[in-house]
Amino acid sequence: MMNNPADPRLLAALTRATCRALEQAEIELPPDVLGTIKRAAANETNPIAARELENILANIALAGERRVPICQDTGVPVIYLTIPPTVPLTEALYEAVREGVRRATQTVPLRPNVVDPLSRANTGDNTGIGMPAIHVQPGERLTVTVLPKGAGSENVSRIGMLLPSQADEIPRFVTETVLLAGGKPCPPVVVGVGIGGTFDTAAALAKEALLEPIDRMNPCEQEICDAINRLGIGPMGLGGDTTALAVRVKQGGCHTASLPVAVNIQCWACRRATIAVEVA
Amino acid sequence: MNLTTPLGEEVLALRAGDRVTLSGTIYTARDEAHLRMMEEGIPFDPEGAAVYHCGPVVQGDRIVAAGPTTSARMNALTGFLLDAGVRALIGKGGMGEEVARALRGRGVYLAFTGGCAALAAARMRRCGVFFEDLGMAEAVWAIEVDDLPLTVGIDSCGGDLFESVKSKAKTQFNREFKNE
Repeated sequence: MMNNPADPRLLAALTRATCRALEQAEIELPPDVLGTIKRAAANETNPIAARELENILANIALAGERRVPICQDTGVPVIYLTIPPTVPLTEALYEAVREGVRRATQTVPLRPNVVDPLSRANTGDNTGIGMPAIHVQPGERLTVTVLPKGAGSENVSRIGMLLPSQADEIPRFVTETVLLAGGKPCPPVVVGVGIGGTFDTAAALAKEALLEPIDRMNPCEQEICDAINRLGIGPMGLGGDTTALAVRVKQGGCHTASLPVAVNIQCWACRRATIAVEVA
Repeated sequence: MNLTTPLGEEVLALRAGDRVTLSGTIYTARDEAHLRMMEEGIPFDPEGAAVYHCGPVVQGDRIVAAGPTTSARMNALTGFLLDAGVRALIGKGGMGEEVARALRGRGVYLAFTGGCAALAAARMRRCGVFFEDLGMAEAVWAIEVDDLPLTVGIDSCGGDLFESVKSKAKTQFNREFKNE
């Protein structure tokens, strides 16, 4: 059977797909992200901001031509798998993903970013305890999605345990997160918001929101995005019309006495790629 | 204006918001390199030097990717460099008030577009390395640059573009949300 779980060919294919997805994500931005940055550049009225967006677009083009990472902070690998019924979830599956990360670190190459949290000793291959983070969902086919996450934007992300009566405060909390971040997360940013769930799932929802296309927003997301852009922080915090490229929201059921709100900030390089795992 | 290292008093004429290009030799330094330099001394001639807040991806002799890192992490670690004669700090996101004060009459903070690692690398040549034991991201790399496009973020007269943008953003935020 082609999809036999013990089939080393499937595991090898998963390793290859992980490596290839990382390479693609690090070098090419998805079309919805590139299109949104181009639109922001075309509409920018502040000359300093227009120059910054010009640099960003020139950088994206050069990364593609030279086949090098868009940013030297190649991030830590956040990985989402969908697994069909024919593939059991085993340690070997996780190891195949980790091997893909190690391989990409050598071949793309990626900057070795993963360290011990306290000794700060670098593992050298972008793996570590619980790293890469691997999130698993059932699906029709085996696919691997990568979201390399840089530290500049991750460091200014926030979670708020709001009260159930404070739903009206959500736009304020999200906008305040971007205000406090200023130029540090490399705006224009993408803002992933997780509303509901528990303390931990709110943060997971916020990160998953960054996987949503950014060339569309519902009216609530648009409203928050407009409030953020009225701050005028602009590209790199140097001022301008575009501070956020998009706000995307994901919701989860929560306790009747809770309203967790997580805001995961993503720099303009909203890197992600999905590859279906095919046994050759 | 086109700047070339070593830098001199020409940087004192620059004002926040000006666009410049920089050529010559620059030295990368992040948190760990600053701490090491404070302990063991600056391994390059600091007179008129430009320090770049960057942890590049280097493969052999090739600078693969080398965009700026967040400068504010170096706020408390920067004074000794300016005291030693460094004229320009290059990075992203701006720096604190203590650095803006230390730059007065001496030097400038130049903003390079965050994330533009390929654009930077296309204009760079590796020419040396110090403190390589700190690892790729934290070592001090000596890099020859050609026309790096930069914006003056903080000038030598107290002008700070980041601060004025931040203060306007705060006012707007208070108008929109505080008094609801």
